Amino acid sequence: MLKLPIYMDNNSTTRTDPRVVEAMLPYFTEQYGNAASRSHPFGWAAEKAVDDARDQIGKLIGATGKEIIFTSGATESTNLALKGVAAMYKKKGNHIVTQVTEHKATLDTAKRLERDGVQVTYLPVDKFGRVSADQVRDALTDKTILVSIMMANNEIGTVQPVADIGKVCKERGVLFHTDAVQAVGKLPIDVQAMGIDLLSLSGHKMYGPKGIGGLYVRKKDPRVRLEPIIDGGGHERGMRSGTLPVPLIVGLGKAAELCRSEMADEIKRTYALRERLRSRIMDNLPESYLNGHPTERLPGNANISFAYVEGEGLMMGIKDVAVSSGSACTSASLEPSYVLRALGVGDELAHSSIRFGLGRFNTEEEVDFVSDLVVREVTRLREMSPLYEMAQAGVDLKSIQWAGH
Amino acid sequence: MPYSDQILEHYNNPRNVGSFDAKGENVGTGLVGAPECGDVMRLQILVNPATGVIEDAKFKTFGCGSAIASSSLATEWLKGKTLDQAMDIKNTEIVEELALPPVKVHCSVLAEDAIKAAVKNFQEKQEARQPAEAAVAG
Repeated sequence: MLKLPIYMDNNSTTRTDPRVVEAMLPYFTEQYGNAASRSHPFGWAAEKAVDDARDQIGKLIGATGKEIIFTSGATESTNLALKGVAAMYKKKGNHIVTQVTEHKATLDTAKRLERDGVQVTYLPVDKFGRVSADQVRDALTDKTILVSIMMANNEIGTVQPVADIGKVCKERGVLFHTDAVQAVGKLPIDVQAMGIDLLSLSGHKMYGPKGIGGLYVRKKDPRVRLEPIIDGGGHERGMRSGTLPVPLIVGLGKAAELCRSEMADEIKRTYALRERLRSRIMDNLPESYLNGHPTERLPGNANISFAYVEGEGLMMGIKDVAVSSGSACTSASLEPSYVLRALGVGDELAHSSIRFGLGRFNTEEEVDFVSDLVVREVTRLREMSPLYEMAQAGVDLKSIQWAGH
Repeated sequence: MPYSDQILEHYNNPRNVGSFDAKGENVGTGLVGAPECGDVMRLQILVNPATGVIEDAKFKTFGCGSAIASSSLATEWLKGKTLDQAMDIKNTEIVEELALPPVKVHCSVLAEDAIKAAVKNFQEKQEARQPAEAAVAG
């Protein structure tokens, strides 16, 4: 039996897996010690739980538990990585390389660093949203201290050639940070093989709780050092002070363990659902376009533009389905998605985009319901669209002098 | 963002969707907005030239639910009004009737612009025809 509303916005956040919640519960009411209390069993139990979680997370990305720093989420992790490196290595250089479709946590942090005198290169992307290792190599100078390229994009799902970029960074002795929020638990990651020195991850994107994230900080070859942005009791090797939220950490650890043990099956399953949704929609709707890379993309992400139909208008028609749109109308600004614009998707098609994010808890039945509904609503709204009528009549929409407002 | 019942009603059951032949001599067409801004409204009126009364109105809109609802409501209000009365319709009345949230006020502004553009288009057509008629009479 289909239950409405249907959640298909798993790139925004995910449902906490019930097994994760179950693992967390004792750490609220029974094992509520402070992991920093060294003098009694409550503290020891908490410390052990935290260490176990570190190991679970480390294993998921090919790192050791000791290399994981806990934060409030990936936004903080990315702030710490960029600001921490810029401050710690300022004698070595003051140049950072990133790219234009990064999450705002990276872009806005980079902008703030620019105000403090750091030079930032924002690499352009190709029409699929990718940068190449060659672009990164060409951007490096003898002042470059950090490269920050995301592993997978949150809007369009495009996966970057991280291993190639990591190799370039290693050759040149430049630190490499990747915002892997969308990829951790969804794609195989090995920080050794990929040459990653710093990696941001978030609990709530991987079926863990909100309010907890992590930063992988390489301990050897090279040992990465960071200037903290939060000072206090010297927790987390001095890089992030503050009492550890043990229940959230236990939850993140459990989420990581589940992702690792179920990844192979989960990738296959989510990919099959995504392809079923994508083909059922696009085969039945001419002039619908997949945004992002056709193959190098997250298994669960389909970002589709429907020509002549505005994204938020469409979302009202499919209001029993939780999705997002690159339309300006869904945000406070009047600009459509900067990610789609960076790909060269025209503003009109950016306004017409819908992001479907499939995940662990979606079913084939939901996919069939949603695809039928989308086809029906897009068809209805096109009948109501002056642009569709003009295009059908052979009018070149670009030839019209539009009165913008 | 929660939407009012009035917006949803017009969105789900839009009134007067369609088109008149824009070349028709008693038709006034207003096309406002731009695709890259995410809103385009085309509003058309069919005017009785003898009485100056709007006998029918149609719209097509590319935009969010509030834009669709604003134009649907506008076509309802236009029917039976004189051109002067049509020019008096204010966007704030649309905001009130549909309970548009502040971020959607621009949809009502666009609808008001579309009404004015349609009336102006009809009037320009009439004026363009008069010299020709005068010549025949002379």
